[in-house]
Amino acid sequence: MTEVTATSPISTDPSRRARLAEFWFYFSENRGAVIGLFFFLFLVVLAICAPLVAPHDPTIQFRESVLLPPFWQEGGRVGFLLGTDAVGRDMLSRLIYGTRFSLFVGVIVTTLSLTGGILVGVIAGYFRGWVDTVIMRIMDIILAFPSLLLALVLVAVLGPGLTNAMIAIALVFQPHFVRLTRAAVMTEKTRDYVVAAKVAGAGHLRLMFKTILPNCMAPLIVQATLSFSNAILDAAALGFLGMGAQPPTPEWGTMLAEAREFILRAWWVVTLPGLAILATVLAINLMGDGLRDALDPKLKRS
Amino acid sequence: MFRFFLARLAVLIPTFIGVSIIAFSFIRLLPGDPVALLSGERVMSPERHAEISHQLGFDRPIVVQYLDYLWGVLQGDFGVSIVTKEPVIDQFLELFPATVELSLCAILFAVIVGIPAGVIAAIKRGSIFDQIIMGTALVGFSMPIFWWGLLLIIVVSGILQWTPVSGRISLMFFFPSVTGFMLIDSLLSGQAGAFQSALNHLVLPTIVLGTIPLAVIARQTRSAMLEVLSEDYVRTARAKGLPTFRVVGIHALRNAMIPVVTTIGLQIGVMLAGAILTETIFSWPGIGKWMVDSVFRRDYAVIQGGLLIIAGVIMLVNLAVDLLYGLINPRIRH
Repeated sequence: MTEVTATSPISTDPSRRARLAEFWFYFSENRGAVIGLFFFLFLVVLAICAPLVAPHDPTIQFRESVLLPPFWQEGGRVGFLLGTDAVGRDMLSRLIYGTRFSLFVGVIVTTLSLTGGILVGVIAGYFRGWVDTVIMRIMDIILAFPSLLLALVLVAVLGPGLTNAMIAIALVFQPHFVRLTRAAVMTEKTRDYVVAAKVAGAGHLRLMFKTILPNCMAPLIVQATLSFSNAILDAAALGFLGMGAQPPTPEWGTMLAEAREFILRAWWVVTLPGLAILATVLAINLMGDGLRDALDPKLKRS
Repeated sequence: MFRFFLARLAVLIPTFIGVSIIAFSFIRLLPGDPVALLSGERVMSPERHAEISHQLGFDRPIVVQYLDYLWGVLQGDFGVSIVTKEPVIDQFLELFPATVELSLCAILFAVIVGIPAGVIAAIKRGSIFDQIIMGTALVGFSMPIFWWGLLLIIVVSGILQWTPVSGRISLMFFFPSVTGFMLIDSLLSGQAGAFQSALNHLVLPTIVLGTIPLAVIARQTRSAMLEVLSEDYVRTARAKGLPTFRVVGIHALRNAMIPVVTTIGLQIGVMLAGAILTETIFSWPGIGKWMVDSVFRRDYAVIQGGLLIIAGVIMLVNLAVDLLYGLINPRIRH
């Protein structure tokens, strides 16, 4: 089946639509994936419209209403639906603004590690030889360190902050994309259609990025969703350790770090940011499972 | 098998050299003066600076410095902590048993719960059991474990008061460290209640650290089982009239375990490197907390040495897993 799409060099409109329909057919068979997709789209809308939706400014401190519980509990107020934190900031507004940071981290980290990984991986898989050896040894070295520890040390070196945290996480995630791309390129490179393109006079760049790469995308897309959710988790973890986004940024991990001392007094300041992280990551992972079912022919109907 | 071992080792050596170059150059790439960073002294007179610079060998060519550093590392010299003035390797050896104890308990927990869960999900595929198990596994896989730890502290330690919040054992007990493993040492000490206390301290960190491996193992066991169950030899075994538990337990499970064993091995490597988040939340005195504390104390000597030791440990564990894998699955040796 892949042969058919691979050997037709011109992807005409109907076939593309058919492929999209086939993709959606398998994706929508997975109910969890569809739920995840809709929840994710909801988060995207929430992040974009945060100033319109949030009832308060996320950094304004209402000094007279510190550590208010959510409205349904005794002492809660309807003005602060999910309560306030230790300096009187509205929890709901901070959570809504937090969506922006988490999705931003996911997008940036995935884009950086995906493009970097693809570029390096294609070169390694296409040219082989000493180039490949050097690249793979460097990736092995990065993989020899536990990823969160390496990210933590890198951020400590670069200086704490969300930007540096994203750079560090992207760097740590990159080897996975390099390995996947390289393996896929190596299997595709010997296929007939690549040889045909070569005989027809295609140059290295064209062969690498136009002929081979499009046929290697399926595992990369699945890995990209996985690294999207992992990036959110790791950035929150760095924020929690005090090395990610700095207060008063309403980033969920940073919010958790600030809330740690109140864990036995005010459950909502601890529970809600974590729940937000969990729900977001879960939605993305659900989508990832659906993508894998739809894109990976080997696992289809399993 | 011996050639397989040599081949793996040959790959390991350049990687280790690369890792050592990173650990070596990292301190020199930091913004600021490496001499000041490594000595921990902020304000120095030029004479003092020259003296320390000479002491640390910074006045020699960089290649000589690196080779000297590597020579020290090969003899077990990983530098001296700026804060405590203790050798880094001594600190590591003192804290490592705590991490090993926690990691082993966590992986045991993950295996004992994860494999049966994955097998049940695969046999009862599509049923309500399968959906519940896989749903739970996906939640576990998506869990921010630092939050999961705080949540368990709130419920189990705070509301139910079942377990202590942090540390390895109650301060009431004191006994000499024999093996470094609190569970064994507390038994050896013969003090009443000591073992119970050590066990209580271990429960929550074990669950928190084991959660993600548990989810990964359950998911992988399920998919490996599904693949194996559709193979011809399993159908043959069924057709022979063997009871289901024999088919599943003996014929299928054995082959399905091959990829799962690799996952378990790789997870152990990552855990031994220090469960940074779990150890930080529960104030567990292991390698992960040591590294986090060193980052905050700006103890660059410990960060430098610790990174190298940890990478070395992971590489050795992964080598062991590789070899074990070669033993179970002869196909990959060639």
